[in-house]
Amino acid sequence: MTSPYNFAYLDEGSKREIRRAILKAVAIPGFQVPFGSRELPIARGWGTGGLQLTLSLIGPTDRLKVIDQGHDDSVNAVSIRNLVVATTHIETTDVTDQATIIQSRHRIPDDPLRPGQILILQVPQPEPLRHVEPREAQTRRMHAERDYSAVWLGLYEDIVRFGQITTGADYPAVVHHRYMIKPTPIPRWDLPKLHQAPFLTLLGAGRERKIYAIPPYTDVEPVAFEDYGFETEKFLSACRLCGSREAYLDELWDAKIQERIYQCSDTAYCRKRQTEIGKGDI
Amino acid sequence: MGYVAVKGGQKAILASSELTGYYRLRHAPGSLDVGMLPSQMRFLVDRVMSEAGFYAPKHAALALKQAQGDVYEAAFLLRAYRSTVPRNHVSLPLDTQGMRLIRRISSAFRDIPGGQILGPTFDYAHRLLQFDLLDEPPEAIAQVLKRVEDRYSAEEDQEPALFPRVSDFLREEGLMAPPHPGAGEEEPFDITRFKLPFPAPRSARLQTMARGETGAMVALAYSSLRGYGAVHPTIGELRVGYCALILPYPLENGESVYAGELLITEVEAINGFAGTEPGEPVQLVLGYGVSFGQNEVKSIAMSVLDRALDVVSGTEPVHDEEYVLSHIDSIESAGFISHLKLPHYVTFQSELDRLRTVRQTPDTGSREGIR
Repeated sequence: MTSPYNFAYLDEGSKREIRRAILKAVAIPGFQVPFGSRELPIARGWGTGGLQLTLSLIGPTDRLKVIDQGHDDSVNAVSIRNLVVATTHIETTDVTDQATIIQSRHRIPDDPLRPGQILILQVPQPEPLRHVEPREAQTRRMHAERDYSAVWLGLYEDIVRFGQITTGADYPAVVHHRYMIKPTPIPRWDLPKLHQAPFLTLLGAGRERKIYAIPPYTDVEPVAFEDYGFETEKFLSACRLCGSREAYLDELWDAKIQERIYQCSDTAYCRKRQTEIGKGDI
Repeated sequence: MGYVAVKGGQKAILASSELTGYYRLRHAPGSLDVGMLPSQMRFLVDRVMSEAGFYAPKHAALALKQAQGDVYEAAFLLRAYRSTVPRNHVSLPLDTQGMRLIRRISSAFRDIPGGQILGPTFDYAHRLLQFDLLDEPPEAIAQVLKRVEDRYSAEEDQEPALFPRVSDFLREEGLMAPPHPGAGEEEPFDITRFKLPFPAPRSARLQTMARGETGAMVALAYSSLRGYGAVHPTIGELRVGYCALILPYPLENGESVYAGELLITEVEAINGFAGTEPGEPVQLVLGYGVSFGQNEVKSIAMSVLDRALDVVSGTEPVHDEEYVLSHIDSIESAGFISHLKLPHYVTFQSELDRLRTVRQTPDTGSREGIR
């Protein structure tokens, strides 16, 4: 894998092109910047947008953390990390605080990120209007006109039919009072972490060829009504391993005791807490 | 618990990769000779090159060996490799009129200037399994090669003939619509460097379809022929042959260099005036299809879709540019369909949370049967 390929796989011209798109995205928070997405050795829909951001930004002194569902050791996170390491030989880490770049699918770490860290999120479908309007030519116009009425109407219909807003993950939000975004399928739990965050968040959709960004200290407001507000997920119990009630939990079925049990989705966070409370490793 | 299975990802990937290699070789009498594929599996190699948008028979053969015959996977391997290769030159437009033909047919006219050439095709072969191919001795191979080569060696010495296009005679008579405005004049759009815009320039449409997935395009074109669309053309001309690839010579203006030849399939489909758009003059209209290699069904499908996309009054999927162009790339469609195999624990948990909350919400009267 090493010798025949350039540092970080892509050729320098492609990386520069992607960085230019990133700069534009940072300059217009929440705006989806189209870019000439390249094919990578991992499949479309498996994180190629996030990976192109990582590959175009990473340098020899960076330290990378890759997670999928909150796990550093989930197979796709391992696969993505291996590709970056094979083509860059940079250092990686599981410890959130030690990473300069964190690439993630479906989660934002439960340990707060600090200024200077870059969070890269993999995005399957960047367009918040796609489920109400399948045509790209139309949705571009709707963004330009800030016409988000169909999304509001969708929430209203939810309340009429079900008495609740039914959106699970990938909950739409408005970035700095202008562009509506899909934050990628992070749980609602993670969405408030993006509001006035001290770190830069970059979102990349490889298949849909879009890059967008939430620069540090930007307002991110979930779409909701005054009387039917935004709610994060609720868990009935604490993590069985570290006892945390401040983390997103995975629900499991313990066949032995015939009970539903919970444990942290963010394994690095959980391991750190277990060490702190003197419980040792998993 | 199932939960543990996704941990130890590193080990699992290594073991899985080893096992994939094992399945390639077990029960095999020996390693597959990649050099045999461009000839003996030539349609497969052509298809992979075409869907990858990368003309490299040896690389395509290697990709097929590595992918163990999975066409999606092989096209994907080539496309990913393509991302690492710098673009050093841009060729001149291919001159398909001067191509070295191995096959040329017309379904519109019995006699076309230059004549029809049936060439290599399964079209009129009876699809009977030829069991003698199970064991093909070298003498039999030599015999086939010699017989055919003797017959054609005399012809090969002749100067290559120019075969004028069928569409050109129809244009001279004024029966055929002129080429698309701007054709051959505008700098083509580059779908490998920019996101496809909508509405798409025709050059972007043609590029997208030229590397589209055969099955997807054939299904869409078939839907138009069957009735979910307004396009059902006659093939004016289908030609398969080798086309010279010419590069501008970088050191001297106006000079050019010959870089080699590409096997391509080109189709011009003639559409009747009944399908003419309101406001268009009453005349025949062309649909164009082209692809790397001998890929006839795909090129014909492309020629159907090219015309279908111009019929903006149609309401069927095949007349919808975004619908057609966004869903025919195999790397994208297969990639996204297979991403469903990735864990979705977090999002599913979030959905369960909503479901439980809704079920606990007092009934508003409009939700009979939900509980």
